[in-house]
Amino acid sequence: MKSPPPRAPASAAKLLSRPLTECVASVREGAALPSDLVSAAFDRADDIGAGGESLNVFLATDRDRATGHAQELTALIGRAEAPGNLAGVPVAVKDNIATLNMPTTCGSRILEGYVSPFEATVVRRLRANGAVIIGKTNMDEFAMGSSTENSAYGPTRNPVDIRRVPGGSSGGSAAAVAGGIVRLALGSETGGSVRQPASFCGIVGVKPTYGRVSRYGLVAFGSSLDQVGVLARTVEDAAIGLEVIAGCDQFDSTSADVPVPRYELEKNAGLKGLVIGKPREYFPEGLNPRIAQECERALEAYRELGAKVREVSLPNTAYSIPVYYIVAPAEASSNLARFDGVRYGLRVPSERGLTGMYEATRARGFGPEVTRRILLGTYVLSAGYYDAYYKKAQSVRALIAQDFRDVFASGVDVLFTPTTPTPAFELGAVKDPYEMYLSDIFTASANLAGVPAMSIPIGGARGLPVGGQIIAPHFAESVMFRAAFGLERALAGELLPGEKSA
Amino acid sequence: MSAAASADYEMVVGLEVHVQLKTRTKAFCGCSADFGAPPNTNVCPVCLALPGALPVLNQHAVELAVGAALALDCKVNATSVFARKNYFYPDLPKGYQISQYDRPLAEKGWLTIGELDDGTPVRVGITRVHMEEDAGKSVHDRYAGATAIDLNRAGVPLIEIVSEPDMRSAADAGAYLRLLKQILSYSGVSDVSMEAGSLRVDANVSARIRGTTELGTKTEVKNMNSFSAVERALDAEFARQVALLESGGTVTQQTMLWDGAKGETRPARSKEESHDYRYFPEPDLPPLVLDMEWVARVGRAIPELPDARRKRMIEDYEISAADAELLTASAGMSEYFEAVARASLDPKAALNWVMGEVSAAVNAAGVPIDEFPVRPADLAELLRMVREEVVSHTAAKRVFARMVETGKPAAQVAAEEGLQKVGDDAALVGWIDEVLLENPAEAARYRSGETKLQGVLVGLVMKKSKGRADPRKVNQLLPERARA
Repeated sequence: MKSPPPRAPASAAKLLSRPLTECVASVREGAALPSDLVSAAFDRADDIGAGGESLNVFLATDRDRATGHAQELTALIGRAEAPGNLAGVPVAVKDNIATLNMPTTCGSRILEGYVSPFEATVVRRLRANGAVIIGKTNMDEFAMGSSTENSAYGPTRNPVDIRRVPGGSSGGSAAAVAGGIVRLALGSETGGSVRQPASFCGIVGVKPTYGRVSRYGLVAFGSSLDQVGVLARTVEDAAIGLEVIAGCDQFDSTSADVPVPRYELEKNAGLKGLVIGKPREYFPEGLNPRIAQECERALEAYRELGAKVREVSLPNTAYSIPVYYIVAPAEASSNLARFDGVRYGLRVPSERGLTGMYEATRARGFGPEVTRRILLGTYVLSAGYYDAYYKKAQSVRALIAQDFRDVFASGVDVLFTPTTPTPAFELGAVKDPYEMYLSDIFTASANLAGVPAMSIPIGGARGLPVGGQIIAPHFAESVMFRAAFGLERALAGELLPGEKSA
Repeated sequence: MSAAASADYEMVVGLEVHVQLKTRTKAFCGCSADFGAPPNTNVCPVCLALPGALPVLNQHAVELAVGAALALDCKVNATSVFARKNYFYPDLPKGYQISQYDRPLAEKGWLTIGELDDGTPVRVGITRVHMEEDAGKSVHDRYAGATAIDLNRAGVPLIEIVSEPDMRSAADAGAYLRLLKQILSYSGVSDVSMEAGSLRVDANVSARIRGTTELGTKTEVKNMNSFSAVERALDAEFARQVALLESGGTVTQQTMLWDGAKGETRPARSKEESHDYRYFPEPDLPPLVLDMEWVARVGRAIPELPDARRKRMIEDYEISAADAELLTASAGMSEYFEAVARASLDPKAALNWVMGEVSAAVNAAGVPIDEFPVRPADLAELLRMVREEVVSHTAAKRVFARMVETGKPAAQVAAEEGLQKVGDDAALVGWIDEVLLENPAEAARYRSGETKLQGVLVGLVMKKSKGRADPRKVNQLLPERARA
């Protein structure tokens, strides 16, 4: 029997709770070994039960391979050849992002055992910057869900309160960061799947501008909405992570050839003169009072720091959820057609020939939420209904995007809103799919418009984290980070335990 | 069906032609687009539709597609949009085909397929030219009880050329296809080989009472593997529809397959559901926006098309319209002719040789003209040798045959085979004397004044010399040798 791997030195464990820049500096200076950081991450995962029934953060980990990578890195660092911004840093990757030598299942039975023969551009960029991929994180099947209860491999639990969901669909990645296993994780967004779990878990989640980050290797859900995003403890960590994965990619025709600024330079930019828009549609009458209260506190902090807060309107906000639930399922119904049992993944034989095999495979391979959305998407694209649903939805989507352009053209630098309408709910508490869809009511617009948005922790409600959302114009992530750095500092001391005094 | 009844009806035909573009790589990835590689060797994550793969458009395919559209007098759209055509089929890896739908690459072109007796041109309208990708191939006869899938062809770039229902007979359809093939070949956008699958034809055919303008219910005929098969299939399907209408029946809109062996069309196994491809704009590819100046440059770079070439060749080389027609049937043959004509400065000889010896040899060898071993410059050299009487016309044909076999230059072959003309009196006298000796009866009659035997005797000398003797000199020398 194999003896258990040795535990990482206490210093490495402590380092994992420090900012990324400190981890990387220690590694570069030789004060810490990448393999110690990797061991510390696995130790932490074991300590909090991330792998087992309790948290269920990972769908796959490979300690041996991660340790091997860490050792290769050590050799490179010894020759001063690995100056990457993430040298030696353990990173977790959502399981819908293709990785070599590890499964990529999208939390679905239909891809059980599938190992991608190629790697996503974002993962290649992480590795090229010295990151060590330690595992693939749990998620709502094919990123469809807002709680990570829709995984075929069981739900993930929220490390802040294990009776509650971590949010979704990037719940596994959010829990890996919130649980202190990694400083940085990749998630993906179609309607809020990075920001909403960040909010539920009390961490930072960033969805960049559509086109800022390559989608090559991200298993498509709603192609015109999908973006890879980062989850981190601090705004600075998120800024560093985004900078590594951002940039034009010749393998993604929708990726934009726009220079990537150094987002972490916004750290000391201050907030003087910044105009913060407060869209009234995001602060409705019935908003959860604790969330409303935390948001008001954040806005007050902005004012104190010299920013101007201006009430604005995004009149088409109410349509974002209906439009989202036409566009995203339509694209999903097409994107998921390739899972047909012919070439890879699950195949369920049938007596009824080819059509029978398709039907049996897809019926067994897809869970109920995925099935629901494929049916919905197929319906809204079908000949008699295309104009009434899909085409109409695209027109309204253009109006939603125009709302953002108008409000930013009026002199507003960024918008500030709540990230979610409620704090994290208990597992099994939300049973009605439509009620679940409303979890993304404040986040979906940014995906429809393609603008960047992020969630940062702004306080707590009865011990549960509350996130505030900052939305910026296209490719203006820098100003978004500037607003986030300022708010984070203003609220310092009132974050989650372990995050005191930055 | 009575002949009279058939004559009361008119055939209405529109054609959909799929043409594979001559690119090195596939439409949306860097895999080789070559035909005939071992199964599933020209594949990558993109054309296998592995989860997470994304398409990237091949710019060369766009250039060829634009070239084809302009060669067909289409209006190229500044912005066209790729769409997904969704359906399930095992050789369709993504579950959808990337195609163009309501905003195609180009529209509103035409082809002139001939003229009426009064000289009115007969035009066939081209509705649209759009880009799309090919699917893979299902192989049903390789493994017992199982179907194998070869995805080498998946993602190969195609254009679909959709005509208006402007053709009125199988012959019209044949003329349209031959001209279309000629133009696409001349413009260099495709290999246009039906055998290699780089040109595929589907036909929409309906019948209506002659003199009416309303379109009848059409059927789509597939599975035709040559132009003559298209013509036969159209006639058979038209006859079937007319018989049906004559007997009081109605034509059902359906897909028919041509069975060449039986000479009949039969319904394809109908799928129960009607096709709903659920087209929507391809979100992985931005709209294709073309710089119209670039489009104009592509247009200017299109090589000369058959019509223009025919007209020019009649003028430049003073050849007949019929010869020009024959020569331009293939781009390669007309280019070969022009090269020989220019290099030899003798268009008439070039025409005779290209239409005669070269055509025969190329057909016999079964190779395309650009792989023919006798290069135009070498043939021109041979023609020069004939004109300058270095070789006789008879010997030239032997030289040419050896050139086809060996690929060697004309002068070298003539020297090696000893086929140059011999004008040396001693040698000629020797041959003449031998002929006179060997044919005493003819020689005697000739001497006695039967001068028409001169030709026979000269012919025998030519034969003895294996064509090398200079016939003019033999004619001069023969009378004095006979008297000697």
